[in-house]
Amino acid sequence: MAVRRLSRWAIALPVALALAGLSGCGSGEPAASTTSASAGGAKEVTVFAAASLTGTFTELGKAFEAAHPGTTVRFNFGSSATLAQQIVQGAPADVFAAASPATMKTVTDAALAGSPATFVRNKLQIAVPADNPAKVAELEDLTDAKVKVALCAEQVPCGAAAVKALDAAGAKVTPVTLEQDVKATLTKVELGEVDAALVYKTDVIASAGKVTGIDFPEADRAINDYPIATLAKAPAGEAARRFVDLVLSQQGKDVLTRAGFEAPDQR
Amino acid sequence: MLVLPAVAGLVFLVLPLAGLLIRAPWPTLLERLAEPQVLEALRLSLVCASVATAVCLLLGVPLAWLLARVDFPGRRLVRALVTVPLVLPPVVGGVALLLVLGRRGLVGQWLEATFGITLPFTTAGVIIAEAFVAMPFLVISVEGALRGADQRFEEAAATLGASRWTVFRRVTLPMIMPGVVAGAVLCWARALGEFGATITFAGNFPGTTRTMPLAVYLALETEPEAAIVLSLVLLAVSVIILASLRDRWVSSP
Repeated sequence: MAVRRLSRWAIALPVALALAGLSGCGSGEPAASTTSASAGGAKEVTVFAAASLTGTFTELGKAFEAAHPGTTVRFNFGSSATLAQQIVQGAPADVFAAASPATMKTVTDAALAGSPATFVRNKLQIAVPADNPAKVAELEDLTDAKVKVALCAEQVPCGAAAVKALDAAGAKVTPVTLEQDVKATLTKVELGEVDAALVYKTDVIASAGKVTGIDFPEADRAINDYPIATLAKAPAGEAARRFVDLVLSQQGKDVLTRAGFEAPDQR
Repeated sequence: MLVLPAVAGLVFLVLPLAGLLIRAPWPTLLERLAEPQVLEALRLSLVCASVATAVCLLLGVPLAWLLARVDFPGRRLVRALVTVPLVLPPVVGGVALLLVLGRRGLVGQWLEATFGITLPFTTAGVIIAEAFVAMPFLVISVEGALRGADQRFEEAAATLGASRWTVFRRVTLPMIMPGVVAGAVLCWARALGEFGATITFAGNFPGTTRTMPLAVYLALETEPEAAIVLSLVLLAVSVIILASLRDRWVSSP
């Protein structure tokens, strides 16, 4: 009997799971924004930031918390395209920092954010595993069919930049995979599953020696501007603006340039 | 007292599906379904799920037989291990597969050095990821059927001189066929919906590894309407499976 029950359960469970999984897509009801109190007391700032900002923004978040006792900063890092979509669908965010103007435009077009400010620029590099098994030295090497290349999907900023750079170089690269954000792409290099990938210079630096970065001239033709904006319905209000101020301040610039980002005024 | 939460529960389960149907771009539906990328993803999904199910049948039915019919030390442990992929988050399964079968993995390294085979980022990789996640469904279903089947028929066949293989093929298998079919259908449905292990282990490239769930996920970032259409296709497939299982599921005692 117990076995019978188990087998029935085994049927009911996956069916329920399958339907639950499917129903996750497409419903466009905005989630209630109940992240924080609107005024006074303990506050919480929710920052949606591009995956490439993981290290630097975490550091800035700690600095912000130290400067504003009682306020906590929560981060949601991911591909800018995903984050933009989540914000449009009503995710309760205070600040959005995107890796491209195009993904920021998704949010401003929906009238959900004020005017964004460009706070850094980022450049692509070829990332190869530390031992560089395919002996990659320049962009041209990636066109070799024997070299396994990972790129970001074209929907996300690092993928759009990669396409632009490859076009500029006239290089035809057939990747083995199109990853959903830049960190996932870098991970494939770190694990040695691919021979090379196009990722941001900052991600190569952040990987601390596990991958090697190779500069290539066409990267200059595909530089990504990173815009930041407070969201119109920011539940944290004033605190959200103060976080953006910190990112744009000299202190913010120092943290970001140390990680390999370029200041927006130098090109 | 019980009716209100029951209705709330029903609404909770049905409303999202209704939302999917209401928001679907019906006028352009057929047009969108006929797009080459959609057909490519659908074809890849159907092929991979079917091959994965075949692999699961080939390995899973004997495994279920082992668990149900052969008494060996540590059987309970083995059964627990077999069901681990059932409760494991699929992404974790994908990472585990990458560490074992990846280019630098324990087995993958040897595969590449000896045969020049690499599994990540290939269609074979998708099939492996799907089979890994879906096989427990088949094993549990078939093992249940084996335990429910009357063993005296097998014993009778054995006393008449039939070998273990003959008994299995001519007596056991026909008896448990409904369980095998139900298990295979579930296994196929689970494989079809597989996302986490696939994107982690096999990556995402149109035509080779981008199955329907991956296409839904990517489409949602730029073209929510396309994601709805793809979701509808998967929903239709689930409903068809549910209908085909109905007799067994609803009328079981």
